[in-house]
Amino acid sequence: MAKEEEISGQIAAKFPFLAGQVKIQRARRLWADVPADKFMELFSCLAREMGFSALCTITGLDAGDFFAFIYHLAKDDGIVLNLKTKIPKSDGHWKSIGEIFPVGIFYEREIADLLGVKFDDLPPGPRYPLPDNWPEGQYPLRKDWQGLPVTAPAKGEAPGE
Amino acid sequence: MNRIKIPIGPQHPALKEPENFQLVLEGEKIYEAGMRLGYNHRGMEKACEQRTYLQDIYLLERVCGICSHSHSTCFVQAVEELAGLQVPPRGLYIRTLIGELERIHSHLLWLGVAGHEVGFDTLLMYSWRDREIVMDLLCEISGNRVNYAMNTIGGVRRDLTPAQLENISKSIDALEERTKYYIQVATEEATLIARLSKVGFLSNADALKLGAAGPTGRACGVDRDVRRDDPYAAYADMEFKVVVDNHCDVYGRTLVRLGELMETYSIIRQVLKKIPEGPIAVKAPRKIPAGEVFSRYEAPRGEDVHYVQSNGTEKPERVKVRAPTLANLSSVAKMLEDNYLADAPIVIAAIDPCFSCTDRALAIKDARKGALGVMEWGDLRKYGIEWHRRNGIDFSDLNKRFSKFMERCRI
Repeated sequence: MAKEEEISGQIAAKFPFLAGQVKIQRARRLWADVPADKFMELFSCLAREMGFSALCTITGLDAGDFFAFIYHLAKDDGIVLNLKTKIPKSDGHWKSIGEIFPVGIFYEREIADLLGVKFDDLPPGPRYPLPDNWPEGQYPLRKDWQGLPVTAPAKGEAPGE
Repeated sequence: MNRIKIPIGPQHPALKEPENFQLVLEGEKIYEAGMRLGYNHRGMEKACEQRTYLQDIYLLERVCGICSHSHSTCFVQAVEELAGLQVPPRGLYIRTLIGELERIHSHLLWLGVAGHEVGFDTLLMYSWRDREIVMDLLCEISGNRVNYAMNTIGGVRRDLTPAQLENISKSIDALEERTKYYIQVATEEATLIARLSKVGFLSNADALKLGAAGPTGRACGVDRDVRRDDPYAAYADMEFKVVVDNHCDVYGRTLVRLGELMETYSIIRQVLKKIPEGPIAVKAPRKIPAGEVFSRYEAPRGEDVHYVQSNGTEKPERVKVRAPTLANLSSVAKMLEDNYLADAPIVIAAIDPCFSCTDRALAIKDARKGALGVMEWGDLRKYGIEWHRRNGIDFSDLNKRFSKFMERCRI
């Protein structure tokens, strides 16, 4: 676990607020909780300067009054740092990392569609993955989502259309 | 020059899931490519939250028809880590074996599709005939050609008999001989090399930036393979080479997959030689202790990742899946740029999206006239083959010579 401890130490040296906060779960798996206001600076430094060259994916979570995001960052030697941050659901606005990892734009669009998070600086483009005629305000991955509201078919429309 | 926009999809057989590509043409060249995804979104992540861990294995096995074992393994190893289960070594070896057999079936399938898209149809016929050898093996072991249902939380569900192991060994010998010939064809036949070289170019820098995964990335010099970098199952005990190529085009992607087949045969032989005796699974609890785990797996198409969060009950709080094709689709747009329309089928096929049986129409829109024409995928393929024939690449002769050789070495 020497490599994992070394990385944890390097992060703590650059970002003192994370001293002792990087959890080593097992070989090659690190976890850290980061406050939203410090996130972008840390993320950019990890990707551009500390060798976390691949973004495996972004997981979006409905955590009660918050939206949580886990950025799964990998180094070429197999070490994965799972960086977690959260924002209040009442605000719902978050920043895109598409400039650093263009592949992240897909992951962000997915979170925007399924959880209803607004990514302020996403480039224009088609939504993903829900259909274009999906009703506004329906976010399937939210814990309180119960399925699409059932409405009576309009006049002249066959049921189920 | 006037630009013409061509929508491809959302439904046609070269794509794993229905997807829509928007190609903007300048003359015969692709100027820009965009895409719209999500036509096959089935809400599986939400469905996982409403089912037990055991039920989720069977649901997640159906994320992909070809990488079924990849998804179920990725999920069960996450749950095993949450529950603190130690899978017996024999269980891990069987998991590795099925994973590698799945890779053979996937790569041979890809080889046939690639052959078909460029007009080398005898390659399709023979590589798919050879693929039947591995499909028969999987069927004999698991009872199914796909969706093997081998995994369970804590190990695997079926043991292998000595006779089955012997049968696998014999089949691998036959497949290796055939693969050697495919490699010879790929490295020596001028027609094939001319057709695939410089097509769908993606530079090493772009592959890294766009996060190209698996053989797509490795053919651009991206030396990443989860089996070596973050070993799971029995890969830590295996000796193998990660096949990397620097052609950065469809030709390179072909060489990487063929090279990987050879490594896979070697891994399977090591599994057969070293497989330990003993139990194949440990008993798993119904309720999984609270926690969160991130699991990775090298699927035939690239890195597959699952995130599983447990809340201490028998159903997960959250399951997140990222299949390799999503990571690779960002690269496809870049690969298509500056290629001829005639190369679109092979460039899209070269990231190895799965095969669906639906054939729908492509609408061709002429931006100048606003007219809408229709071209089926089959017509686009024919157009591509004819276009290259006019430009001097003709597979008729190679098709004939290839089948002559194959008939001689019948297995």
